[in-house]
Amino acid sequence: MKPSLDPEQALRAVPVPESLPDIGPAAARDGLLDVAYVIDDSPVGRLLLAATPRGLVRLAYLDHSDEDAVLEHLASHVSPRVLSAAKPLDEPRRELEQYFSGGRREFDTPLDWQLVHGFGRRVLEATARVPFGSVTTYKRMATEAGSPRAARAAGNALGANPIPIIVPCHRVLHSTGGLGGYTGGLDRKRLLLGIEGSSPAEQLTLQNS
Amino acid sequence: MILPPFQRLLDSHGPDLHRFLNAMVGHVDADDCYQETCLAALRGYPRLHDASNLRSWLLTIGHHKAIDLLRARGRLAIPMDELPEQPSANAHGEPPDDGLWDSVRALPAKQRTALALRYVVDAPYTEISAVMETSEDAARRNVHEAIKRLRLEYQR
Repeated sequence: MKPSLDPEQALRAVPVPESLPDIGPAAARDGLLDVAYVIDDSPVGRLLLAATPRGLVRLAYLDHSDEDAVLEHLASHVSPRVLSAAKPLDEPRRELEQYFSGGRREFDTPLDWQLVHGFGRRVLEATARVPFGSVTTYKRMATEAGSPRAARAAGNALGANPIPIIVPCHRVLHSTGGLGGYTGGLDRKRLLLGIEGSSPAEQLTLQNS
Repeated sequence: MILPPFQRLLDSHGPDLHRFLNAMVGHVDADDCYQETCLAALRGYPRLHDASNLRSWLLTIGHHKAIDLLRARGRLAIPMDELPEQPSANAHGEPPDDGLWDSVRALPAKQRTALALRYVVDAPYTEISAVMETSEDAARRNVHEAIKRLRLEYQR
């Protein structure tokens, strides 16, 4: 004889699992992990890093961009197969950590440029070649991208940089020596230049003379 | 067609999907079945045409995976009284009454599925009929029959 109980109540009591199985590794193995992302604390605030199998595709400052908005943008512009998964981001995270602690001047992690096109992409690719500790101007980046008179458009492209820090748009300033703008706020631009030991006004004066 | 990031589906519906599969295949296989369901969903996701009911879509895939697993195990249609004794597994998050779960899993597959959807994940009859690809009337009948059998067993 079985004990008396209310089957409906008992059925509702199926437990919520403490943690759900991590499907990231199996998804990667099956080629289904189109966009992996992690959220990380850093000396410049909370960052969201996202990678495709080709490389790092997005780095976002979470106090300036909303997490959902960043993920939705990736879902509609790269692939809706977006999963929280740490492993594919191990390498860029390690490099960023080294950069912040002064142990790295160049990034080696592969980049996926698919979120930028045309002139904007040429500007960002030129920016990626500006070395650690030095600065340049919007005008020069526009020139390198093939349109010397498009300094303002270059500024816009840099403002929309999908991979700040690693594509160092913080090294690009106004030709007058002014800081210009920054996707993560001007305080961050100063902070990053400080990490690199740059004194922007001084350097530009030297380069312009 | 705007599809939300897949991770958001898991955040919203992952826990209920897991509970449904737990009820269908048991806690030992629930994690594997959950992973297989998610991979199958991920595979088809970019081609999905209707994102208006993603929970039902996930549960439908989970239903198929659970049936596949039960079929592979050959336990789909074993009459109740032939079920082997199962060791108690409360330490691993099995719902409190093992006996009830053995009885549930011994129900005909349609009744078991309807019951799990109705009570474990609180699905309305429209959703049960969508997941099971039956009419709403059939969904109601399956739930009703299942409850009747369990009541007979437990409240005599």
